[in-house]
Amino acid sequence: MEQKTQVHAPEGKQEIFITRQFDLPVNLLFKAYADADLFAEWMSTQVVAWENKNLGYYRFETKDEAGNTLISANGTIHLTITNQKIIRTFQIENTLFEPQLEFLDFESLSPATSKLSIQIIFRSLALRDQLLKLPFTYGLNMALNRLQTILSKHKIL
Amino acid sequence: MNLRRDPFQAIADPTRRAILLLLATSHTLTAGIIATNFNTARPTISKHLQILTECNLLSQIQTGREVHYTINAAKMKEVAEFLEPFRMLWENRFNKLEAVMKKHKTT
Repeated sequence: MEQKTQVHAPEGKQEIFITRQFDLPVNLLFKAYADADLFAEWMSTQVVAWENKNLGYYRFETKDEAGNTLISANGTIHLTITNQKIIRTFQIENTLFEPQLEFLDFESLSPATSKLSIQIIFRSLALRDQLLKLPFTYGLNMALNRLQTILSKHKIL
Repeated sequence: MNLRRDPFQAIADPTRRAILLLLATSHTLTAGIIATNFNTARPTISKHLQILTECNLLSQIQTGREVHYTINAAKMKEVAEFLEPFRMLWENRFNKLEAVMKKHKTT
């Protein structure tokens, strides 16, 4: 499958760049980030606080099927310009991660297509690299849970 | 070695990740013992082991008539530190965003 999403993490710099082109007009792309219900739907999360305005804030919690909180995160919105830009912070709660600064640029490519460019700036190179490793760690944790279920079913554990 | 095998594709499968995890805690196991840990048919587990071996995440050790499997730590480290899992996470999220907003547009 074609890789629509590009991630660039320059060596030795505490930044990540994420770019993606969408088959959506820019106003719909922006709305996915500005509307709490739509954001919750595509991020598969629950929005618990949402003030999408300059000097606003947001907070969301992702739960598993049993209702346990897997991840909670929050941030402040520094600036939001409809269909153009969001500048915000993001922090995963209850971890050693410190807040990261995010610049989201929304760009219209045609009436039906658009582009999102995200620049994320971390406090340190070590924190950036730790965040990059998260999905893999998370995947293995999911595998561990599944493995435990399987093993306990067979009474091995 | 089959270079067509992509380790990131290999770890995208939950059973294969479970096999890696099992071997991470048990060091070396035979295919038969690995298979007893899963609710899956033995040939399916053999196929998973073959894929993991072909992309170098596992190594085979021949001891007598038995083949033992062990994790290739260097390759695992390379995969873990690579950007691909992070990119895949965002690719999936953005695919969902696109689908959600296309549906939203028509409602």
